[in-house]
Amino acid sequence: MSAPHRDLPPLVDYVVVPFLNLAVAFLVAGLVVLAIGENPLQAVAIMLHGALGYPEGVGFTLYYTTGFVFTGLSVAVAFHAGLFNIGSEGQATLGGLGVALLCLTFDGAPWWLVLPFALAASALFGAAWAFVPAWLQARRGSHIVITTIMFNYLAATLMVWLLVEVLGQPGSMSPETKTFEEATRLPFLRDFLTPLGIDLGQSPVNPMVFVALLSAVFVWLLIWRTRFGFELRTVGQNPTAAVYAGIDPGNIVIAAMLISGGLSGLMAVNEVMGVQHRLLLEFVAGAGFVGIAVALMGRSHPFGVVLSALLFGILYQGGAELAFEKPSISRDMIVVIQALVILFAGALEHMFRPALGRLFARAETAGGRA
Amino acid sequence: MSDLASIVDLLAPVAGSGIRLSVPLLFACLAGLWSERSGVVDIGLEGKMLAAAFASGAGAAAFHSPWAGLLAGIVVSVALALVHGFAAITQRGNQIVSGVAINFLAAGLTVLLGQVWYGQGGRTPQLANPERFLGLDLGTLGLDPNSALGRIWGDAISGHNVLTWCAFLAVPITWWVLWRTRFGLRLRAVGDNPHAVDTAGVSVAALRYRAVIVCGVLTGFAGTYLAVAQSAGFVRDMTAGKGFIALAALVFAKWKPLNALGACLLFGMLDAVAIRLQGTPLPGVGTVPVQVFQALPYALTVVLLAGFIGRSIPPKASGIPYTKDR
Repeated sequence: MSAPHRDLPPLVDYVVVPFLNLAVAFLVAGLVVLAIGENPLQAVAIMLHGALGYPEGVGFTLYYTTGFVFTGLSVAVAFHAGLFNIGSEGQATLGGLGVALLCLTFDGAPWWLVLPFALAASALFGAAWAFVPAWLQARRGSHIVITTIMFNYLAATLMVWLLVEVLGQPGSMSPETKTFEEATRLPFLRDFLTPLGIDLGQSPVNPMVFVALLSAVFVWLLIWRTRFGFELRTVGQNPTAAVYAGIDPGNIVIAAMLISGGLSGLMAVNEVMGVQHRLLLEFVAGAGFVGIAVALMGRSHPFGVVLSALLFGILYQGGAELAFEKPSISRDMIVVIQALVILFAGALEHMFRPALGRLFARAETAGGRA
Repeated sequence: MSDLASIVDLLAPVAGSGIRLSVPLLFACLAGLWSERSGVVDIGLEGKMLAAAFASGAGAAAFHSPWAGLLAGIVVSVALALVHGFAAITQRGNQIVSGVAINFLAAGLTVLLGQVWYGQGGRTPQLANPERFLGLDLGTLGLDPNSALGRIWGDAISGHNVLTWCAFLAVPITWWVLWRTRFGLRLRAVGDNPHAVDTAGVSVAALRYRAVIVCGVLTGFAGTYLAVAQSAGFVRDMTAGKGFIALAALVFAKWKPLNALGACLLFGMLDAVAIRLQGTPLPGVGTVPVQVFQALPYALTVVLLAGFIGRSIPPKASGIPYTKDR
């Protein structure tokens, strides 16, 4: 099923092509900004300063990055098994339910005691939500793209019902749970760093940023350093060959989706226990879908995922700053950039390959003659 | 007699609103049917509908005519369909990824441009009645408006706008073209076995591009219906997942036009019932949460996909880029 394209040197394959695709995406985004009547270069400068120019901005950037690392890894693990998990959004939503139920049960307990269980609960709930589509794909052949889309909507409806009818506070109109006790909330990094002279301002970055990095290492080890990872990649590349190698693709599909769902679920700890301190509707806010862009751009490699999550963190924080400075460029510009990245780094990823291939072939023959 | 009258009193308006709610689903579902029958999977129905809704709202407001809105909606929707076609057919890219990109592009651009052009939080200007597709008055047909038949005619059947009639007309047309013409046979063949079509000397790419364009036209109708017929202008995220329900309906309908009509009517009626029943207890069951009705289309589709009640199998080559053997 591999695309019939000429082999390019690895450096070109992994660096030049993604960079070129990204450059085109940003070029088109620049044209959109131009069409709105603003200066794209000035917009980039505002975004970069807003995201990286001062400690509070960096704090916000890292907070956004944390969530995107989890969802990006989630989509990437599924990609390695040849699966397209569009359900990260729903799995993260359910992860939030897991964290919230745990925090509400042990409300008032110290956060360092609750955190390990919160991580486990979020991963468990996320994995459980991924299980049904995974099982249906593995055992009944139902297309996982459609079923995970359906499960996103089912998760959203379930959440509305739970927050309005079951978990919502009596007497309150807003569909959300009560706020957790101070002791149970994750501390902010600003609580430690601001006294040391690094003024993180109001930025919500919390210890989950380290958990995100650890998860990336875990995924790397899992995929490239374990027997299971080998089986996972084999199924992803060629399920028929996997069967001949004695691997049951069905089991691998289910296991891969459980891990994928678990990683999405972890995203909720950052949001629910770290920032909002309560469960509310749509707290995932599209991070599950950003995960698709992150995984595509990071070429499903954990290191690439962390880098592209950082890029999207910069985009989200910088975009917020940009919308503040230039009201004509609303935050929806980020969604447009995201779309262009998915289009050019994902669907049109091979667009420049034939030309690059010809270029290299010509360089080789010229080199041979010299 | 009074029993019958009260049942009709209850059901006729629900049926009418169910039909109105199923129209955008039907357009989008048929759009998906054309595309997927030719082998191009399209999860970008939602985005194309949304973009068309914005364009039609803006077009109708600018030229003071619903028809200008319809034209603008179709042009924008077809343009996006061609982007998807270019990625899926010419570049042989991943069709799911391309669809996701189109959904985001529409979600972002509509609000961004709406804010820049009109400054109303992404809305297009409120449309006056002559700028909209309004319900057509078909008279009473000589029926007593208070009799049961008269109520059914008046509340459920009469009074729909021209786009609603177009949607229901599109079902037999789609069926006739795809199952009774040579073009249709080839188009379905290209979704099942593109190699055979290629060997017969017919261009796979050309057929798929034509299917993708029809898909764009139909999502253009769907979006226009939302912004120019059902509402008086575009509001942000006005499709609210209808493109995905249409996709579910397509699976539910097993990629067949008459089934699609049934599935979309069913999902539309479920929506209407959910709105009607909000907080009203059902006899014998008690109050059913609205969310149960909202979740039913998705849950039913998953159950059907699982193959426990009948099996839903997509066209064989859908989602697979076509590569000529060399």
